[in-house]
Amino acid sequence: MPGRCAYGDHGVVSTATRTTARLLRRPGSWRPAGVAAGIAEHIGVRVRLVRLGFIALAAAGGLGVALYGAYWIVLPAAPDAPPSRVPPWLEYLLAGVAAIAAIGGVAYAMPLSGVFAPTLLACLGGALIWRQASEPERDRWRRLSRTSLSADHDERMGRIRLAAGAALVLAGGGIVLARANFSAIRDGLLAVTVTVVGMALLTGPWWMRMMTQLGTERSERIRSQERADIAAHLHDSVLQTLALIQRNAGSPREVSRLARGQERELRTLLYGSRTASGQLADELRIAAAEVEDAYAISVEAVVVGDTALDDALAAAAAAAREALVNSAKHAGVTEVSLYAEVEPDAVSIFVKDRGVGFDLDAVADDRQGVRGSIIARVERHGGEVKVRSQPGTGTEVEIRIAR
Amino acid sequence: MSPRVVLVDDHAMFRSGVRAELGDRVDVVGEAGTPAEAIAAIRSSRPEVVLLDVHMPDGGGLAVLEAIGPELPDIRFLALSVSDAAEDVIALIRAGARGYVTKTISADDLADAISRVADGDVVFSPRLAGFVLDAFRDSPVAPSVDPNFDQLTPREREVLRLLARGYAYKEIAAELFISIKTVETHASNVLRKLQLSSRHQLTRWAADRRML
Repeated sequence: MPGRCAYGDHGVVSTATRTTARLLRRPGSWRPAGVAAGIAEHIGVRVRLVRLGFIALAAAGGLGVALYGAYWIVLPAAPDAPPSRVPPWLEYLLAGVAAIAAIGGVAYAMPLSGVFAPTLLACLGGALIWRQASEPERDRWRRLSRTSLSADHDERMGRIRLAAGAALVLAGGGIVLARANFSAIRDGLLAVTVTVVGMALLTGPWWMRMMTQLGTERSERIRSQERADIAAHLHDSVLQTLALIQRNAGSPREVSRLARGQERELRTLLYGSRTASGQLADELRIAAAEVEDAYAISVEAVVVGDTALDDALAAAAAAAREALVNSAKHAGVTEVSLYAEVEPDAVSIFVKDRGVGFDLDAVADDRQGVRGSIIARVERHGGEVKVRSQPGTGTEVEIRIAR
Repeated sequence: MSPRVVLVDDHAMFRSGVRAELGDRVDVVGEAGTPAEAIAAIRSSRPEVVLLDVHMPDGGGLAVLEAIGPELPDIRFLALSVSDAAEDVIALIRAGARGYVTKTISADDLADAISRVADGDVVFSPRLAGFVLDAFRDSPVAPSVDPNFDQLTPREREVLRLLARGYAYKEIAAELFISIKTVETHASNVLRKLQLSSRHQLTRWAADRRML
């Protein structure tokens, strides 16, 4: 049906449905039901003809009365109808009398009326209650009808229905057993079994297909959810970064800083979060990442072994971070190595660059960087720092803390 | 004379980038985007070095190594990856790759690594050195088949540590007062141990740390 698809795509069909005339009751001031008027207006014939039709059907076995009652119950009144002057209780009374009369007529004329009439009455009663119920109540019932075994313990309706259902099943079983005619039961069971097997054979494939479709649909939904999450992430960060890279295309340093930051973020997304965990390795990697971001260099961080962070190791990690910052700021390189190893008796951290280097003795005593932030900080915690640097070949800071 | 190289990577952009960067420092005799193409290209052009991407569809670099390794043992492989996943790297080394570098490596370093692999040396990036140190860190739990392959000598450890700290072979040689040749020997011994070790932890270790 290509045509329908095409229309559906453009929403024409839905507009058409909205303008379709609905069959409504048209109650007037002197006709509380307005069933005939509604039908007449809907199919475009005169009211009198419709009424004649109902009367004719009523004469032929009471069907007209039943139909009229059913329409009255089922059809909604037109929204613009004037309020009825007949009081509601009289309306209900009339409807009740009509329904009982109709059911009585039908029951009288049909076999099995002992079962049929009460059932029909119950159905009509249910329908009446349904019609009178307010929208929130209907919602609640709809919800409840989906939960019976799984209903919450505090859902009174669910428990009542469960109890009523169980009682009915037991009663049915009791009646069957009490009136047991075992050969009849056997024949009946056989017939039922044969029918059930036949039904299974006939509809089995269909059921299977439906179950598979349901499963596929479910996993498809989960997949599309995941896709949406990833798409959202890609949109938020990756596309942003790509846009920034295009804007900064003239500055290689900025481009590589953006790219590295994005790479790290994607890795975090793909391989799980890497947040502060109180472990030395994570602390060092976070420090390396921060320095990478802040100074547009790349830090090759290698950590062998791991241990929980204590005060001394936290100080060592902070000193290592300071050494990375020093290399980034002063060495004039784009790459710095960070290596940490947790040995049984000590933790060593090395920060090395191949930059301009410096003469440690020539550094003024008041320069906070190396002395204060690195050496003194580590020594306060019982560690030692060695700085090896030569102008022209680079610098290596070694931090060692005994465990 | 520049080494003859086959580039294997499923991204044509990356291949052309590497080719342009390396210029005439290497002689690119073939390119391939899939393991199957790579196997065909290597068989027909017989390069000295294959620059091999770890992650490709249809089995990745490992499939190429496993197909070519036994057949043409003289061809050397240098693994190239964006992945820092230890199990990927270790798997390729154990399958016979002579080294591993990340794709963010500079052109100079890459050219240097290629010519070293072509000369029969091995290439340890700091990260690979870290992997190996980590993998051989504890003494083996189970009795091993050949203890020679399951322990690093103290000297090998020292070399690896300096590699992980970002030292070049030349710097290591100066630091340890040994010749560059000795450093190279230590490095290839470590690689051999990595390939032949029966340490069962090696596999488990790599699987444990999805990433370093």
